[in-house]
Amino acid sequence: MARTHQDRQVETLEQLCAAKEIVVSTGSGGVGKTTTAAALGATAAARLGIKVLVLTVDPARRLASALGMERFGNVETRVPDSAFDDAGVEAQGELWAAMLDTKQSWDDLIRLHAPDAATRDAILANPLYQNITGKFVQSHDYVAMERLYEIHNSGRYDLIVVDTPPTRNALDFLDAPERMADFFSSRLLRWLIAPYRSRVVGFASKPFYTVADRILGTQFLEDIAEFFILFQSMYDGFVERAHAVTELLGSPQTTFLVVSTLEVAPSREAAYFLSLLAEREYHVGALVLNKVLPDLLLDKSATESARVLAKHGADVGAELDEQLQLGMAHVGSVLTEVGRSFLDYQVVARREAEQRRELASIPDLTLSVPYFDDDIHSLSGLLRLGEGIWS
Amino acid sequence: MPARRSTLGLLDRKLLFVTGKGGVGKTSVASALGHLAAAQGRRTLVCEVDSKGDLADFFGVGPLSFEPTEVRPGLFAMAMDTEASLKEYLRLQLKLPMLAKVGPLARTFDFIANAAPGVKEILTVGKLTWEVRERHYDLVVVDASATGHVVGQLASPVAINDLVKVGLVRNQTDWMIDILTDPDQTAVVVVTSPEEMPVSETLELVGRLGEETDIEVASVVVNRVLPELFARSDEEIFDRVREPDAMAALAERVGGGVEQVMEGAELAVSLRRSRVRHLTRLREGLPSGIPVLNLPFLFTRSHGVRATAKIAESLGEELGF
Repeated sequence: MARTHQDRQVETLEQLCAAKEIVVSTGSGGVGKTTTAAALGATAAARLGIKVLVLTVDPARRLASALGMERFGNVETRVPDSAFDDAGVEAQGELWAAMLDTKQSWDDLIRLHAPDAATRDAILANPLYQNITGKFVQSHDYVAMERLYEIHNSGRYDLIVVDTPPTRNALDFLDAPERMADFFSSRLLRWLIAPYRSRVVGFASKPFYTVADRILGTQFLEDIAEFFILFQSMYDGFVERAHAVTELLGSPQTTFLVVSTLEVAPSREAAYFLSLLAEREYHVGALVLNKVLPDLLLDKSATESARVLAKHGADVGAELDEQLQLGMAHVGSVLTEVGRSFLDYQVVARREAEQRRELASIPDLTLSVPYFDDDIHSLSGLLRLGEGIWS
Repeated sequence: MPARRSTLGLLDRKLLFVTGKGGVGKTSVASALGHLAAAQGRRTLVCEVDSKGDLADFFGVGPLSFEPTEVRPGLFAMAMDTEASLKEYLRLQLKLPMLAKVGPLARTFDFIANAAPGVKEILTVGKLTWEVRERHYDLVVVDASATGHVVGQLASPVAINDLVKVGLVRNQTDWMIDILTDPDQTAVVVVTSPEEMPVSETLELVGRLGEETDIEVASVVVNRVLPELFARSDEEIFDRVREPDAMAALAERVGGGVEQVMEGAELAVSLRRSRVRHLTRLREGLPSGIPVLNLPFLFTRSHGVRATAKIAESLGEELGF
């Protein structure tokens, strides 16, 4: 059973969403990853008659409000059928959405897993904990994966489409659970907090503490120690779940969507990410390319016409003016501009066509989404985008 | 926001953090700023913080390391490496050279850095401000984290100060904060593109920097501004030419491909117009006093050494050099 999904070549997103339970949308910043995830989730709910959750990390405000997430944030909220009706689509299934609030998710996690009320309160009040969960970046990655695991295991949804945090490095969120596990199982960590536990500084670690005290100050070290000692009470649970999350990412129920544009830097990152996923034997469902320029820019006869206009626009304009009695100045310069502009955009379109060819050789399924004049922030916009790449 | 705005020119500062939403081209702008500053005779360091390796492309050199590489006369480039930064810190500032070599210590710090990531931010900001304090360069340009993370990075010395009340770290963060909050020394350059999300994020970021830090925003750079195809007054000419009789005559003269060429022009006009709206929104939304610099969309080469040279040229024009 496990192999069949992997072996069969996926031909459409429809097929992919019907087969998988988790779709992870990845890509570098600014390529439309969140919008693509939301569009896919909305379309799956509309077309497949299943219960879908879109779990986003940092959606644009207007997108969030289109999905009704503004007021609810961290809480999973159903997008009402009336919103689909307004978009002129009869929803076969249910669309739910949630926005990941890092701080809130961490607090929930602690409340759920702390062994007792005293530990829970001490962790929540620890200054280091508050800083880590509230301010710093990497804790997003871990808690996003943790939340995904929790929701998947709850059995509340047929399909979860998850948007990934804007990481510095594509690897970060994939590694986050294992990094957390490594950290909690590290002997170094135990060594570090040992003296605060026993109040006796061992011979071997004494120089370290002398230096650490000098660098960081005793209070800070005590905060660190308290934090880790408290966290150790949840050690088994954390390590176990971290392994389980990693397992889930690599399981046949999960697929990855790599989203990119055809600009140089995002394309490169997408290629790199595709190779990483392949290395880990994760399932890559599709490559979605956003903001793709239309093929008409590559048309041969158009190129010839554009060249004539760019070079002889003035003459052509004068002839046209005479022939049709337009009586307009600047016809020639407008035609010249039109020809030049076509050739300019063609340079970009050619570069991107090559970029697309290189990228598309990796996954089974490559889908192109055209340029839109504006960002999408309505359910009907999402559905239109989704329909365009659905089947 | 700092109490006053600096009256210095952009490149007369000592430390520029270049940030922006992912995908707007902040690395290309950071490299171009470095290129331009060095061309004016300033000894300049450009540092890539998120080690994606893009900066090396823009200078046409191999992978960058923590040890700066001279990529052009007077222009140096490096990639941030927090572990190397920690070792340098232990060696140079705490005068603990042997400790930097002790494996377990470095590994312990690495563990802490991974779990309590404020440590990475402070090691990054610490290294950059230290280069400024020691006057190793006339200008340090940082290809900083994206908009979502940069406030955390810039505020890290203050955050650490809140956590650590005494000790050496406290003394260290104090001088970092002094450098960061002096508008004559440090400023942020926000790169954006004339599209909806980048403009919204830019406005949010400028707001957050004002509320959560005392660091000045020196400029907003709008990258990839598309050219105006023809003036609005010429629009009626275009519309007239699009009519069947004119299109037929044109097809006769320049070939049947003229239909696609006209469609291409319509695309160009609609791309440009949809962006102008966001440019206006940006200008109206920014607090007064923050200059906006425009850089043209590069059709031919958007990446690499050639792009750096072209962007530096446009930046120079915008800055009035």
